[in-house]
Amino acid sequence: MATTGEASGPAAEMRKVFTRSPLLGSDTHSLCPGCGEPNAIRVLMETIEEMGERGNTVCVLGIGCYTAFGALMQIDCQQAMHGRAPAQATGVKRVLPDRLVFTLQGDGDMVTEGLQEIVHAAARGERFTAICLNNAAFGETGGHMTATTVLGQRTKSTLGGRDAGRHGHPIKLPEMLAGLDGVAYVARGTVHTPVGVKKTKKLFRAALETQRLGLGFSLVEVVTMCPTGWFVSAAEGPRFQEEKLLPVFPVGELKRPRDLRV
Amino acid sequence: MSSTGSTTEAPRRAFLEGGHALAEAAIQAGCRFYCGYPMTPSTEVLEYMARRMPEVGGVCINVESEIEGINMVWGATGAGVRSMIASTTNGMSLMQESLSEMVLGQVPAVVVNMGRGQGDYNQCTRGGGHGSQRLIVLAPANAQEAVETAYRAFHLAEKWRHPVLIYGDFLLSHTSEAVTFAPPDDATGPLPAKDWVTDGATGRSPRLLTSLGMRVVEAPEDGLAIGPGQTRTDVTAPMHMAVARHREIAAQEIRFETAWLEDAELVVTAFGVLGRFARYAAQLAREEGMRIGFVRPYTLVPFPYDVYRRVGERGIPIAVFENNAGQMIQDVQLGVLGRAPVHFIGEISMDRSGFGVGPKIDALHILARLREVWAARSAA
Repeated sequence: MATTGEASGPAAEMRKVFTRSPLLGSDTHSLCPGCGEPNAIRVLMETIEEMGERGNTVCVLGIGCYTAFGALMQIDCQQAMHGRAPAQATGVKRVLPDRLVFTLQGDGDMVTEGLQEIVHAAARGERFTAICLNNAAFGETGGHMTATTVLGQRTKSTLGGRDAGRHGHPIKLPEMLAGLDGVAYVARGTVHTPVGVKKTKKLFRAALETQRLGLGFSLVEVVTMCPTGWFVSAAEGPRFQEEKLLPVFPVGELKRPRDLRV
Repeated sequence: MSSTGSTTEAPRRAFLEGGHALAEAAIQAGCRFYCGYPMTPSTEVLEYMARRMPEVGGVCINVESEIEGINMVWGATGAGVRSMIASTTNGMSLMQESLSEMVLGQVPAVVVNMGRGQGDYNQCTRGGGHGSQRLIVLAPANAQEAVETAYRAFHLAEKWRHPVLIYGDFLLSHTSEAVTFAPPDDATGPLPAKDWVTDGATGRSPRLLTSLGMRVVEAPEDGLAIGPGQTRTDVTAPMHMAVARHREIAAQEIRFETAWLEDAELVVTAFGVLGRFARYAAQLAREEGMRIGFVRPYTLVPFPYDVYRRVGERGIPIAVFENNAGQMIQDVQLGVLGRAPVHFIGEISMDRSGFGVGPKIDALHILARLREVWAARSAA
């Protein structure tokens, strides 16, 4: 999004290298300090803008902290019931096959409440892109266990840390879906470092291009910081994610169509 | 389905099961997205749609659950395409969360419950969902009325931007009758612009289809820590809008059938296909000299309370026949408000599969019950 600024005075030689995507619609948001979701949504909006799909995109929003971005994003949005966005996106994409359709969901929404919807949409090979912002906790409710909470992680409903014997194991959704025949593209990214943000933007582009080419279902899981739900300071969020979450949720592409050139 | 053959031409007249007739009428009313999960007696709607939708360039999906189905219909309707789902009794229970929120989100989809018996009256009219929302609920009594109801349902849904439920049963779905496909006059007028459709914001401002009253704040509000450019959610705003909308719907859309009320000294009432049974029983009773009137509500929501109020004001007792343990009778009692006796003459009458066609679903049985109530009334 580099543009040339027209400044004068002492900063005249300075070049404007970064600006808010016009698709974000606002300079502010109501999410907590240190939250990773705005980072992910920012590069997602930049990707759609760069693809020239701004007026051709429909987002289906799950229920979580990120839902608030539904009123901010400068694209058409439908809000879904908790967990049901993949079904709703199926309805949109089937009647508007030439639009770019994506779901924006959290781990609680997609993996905990809505596992059936996402698995069947993937197996049917629905040609939309599912985006999961995985912070391994119910952030909006104040830090409770989701299906991706990692072993040992403290939440308000796993006080001594998640225990495999009592609470089961975290679900690695990308790994689970990659084996389904209807699935064309699966990747996991992170937004806790500048490099991670840049790479995640490329994953978004690859997933959305997979959809644009009609190659099948695509999914990007983005591991995001939730210092509020992890009970650490905003500054400690990236380190907590690096040490606790990324060993369980390794980043990278798990499945990629042969014809994809992005 | 042989009467429509393999032609892609839309039939004008046909001899069809009620479920097939309703499906064909929905297509002719412009429905281009259908999904369903097989369950007797709504399965036939899915089977018909699976064959017909591809012929008209529409979509039919055999979904993996009713919860998925109703949310697909939400998405397709929100994308601007007339959409429908049919299910049965238990499947309707699964849909209730979304149905509740589709009222708040003003998603004008059409939902069909081909129920088992009439045990879903409370579910259909009150909803098992949350909040104080109600759908518009229409109960056709025969295949021709099912056809007209399909056109009317899509019309009412878009007129009011409100989901509409069609409530039928095993007999409606499976009884073959001759039908003519044409929209009723009241379902042909102009409709408001669909300025809520989310199909890509080309050449206009982006839209948000939400049930949560979500909006961007332009100036700090109510002393809350929400500033300009941030999102505020006011979940009560859609609720108040739904209540106001429902008041208007109740003022304009009530429909019912009556007969012989002028000289009636007893009134029998029933809804759906059982309304036909009850009307025939009343006719037989009149031939025996019993002056019995008849009321069949067609709109279960909004309910025709005033018809029953007027009967009650004349002190005329009402006999309610339903294939359940007594559900619509509560609405009848609300209309009568104690002004006259209200007798329950229905009961749960099922076959062994529970599909709702038991031995008491019989005009002569209703006639026998009417004789009893008539005699008791005379004795009193």
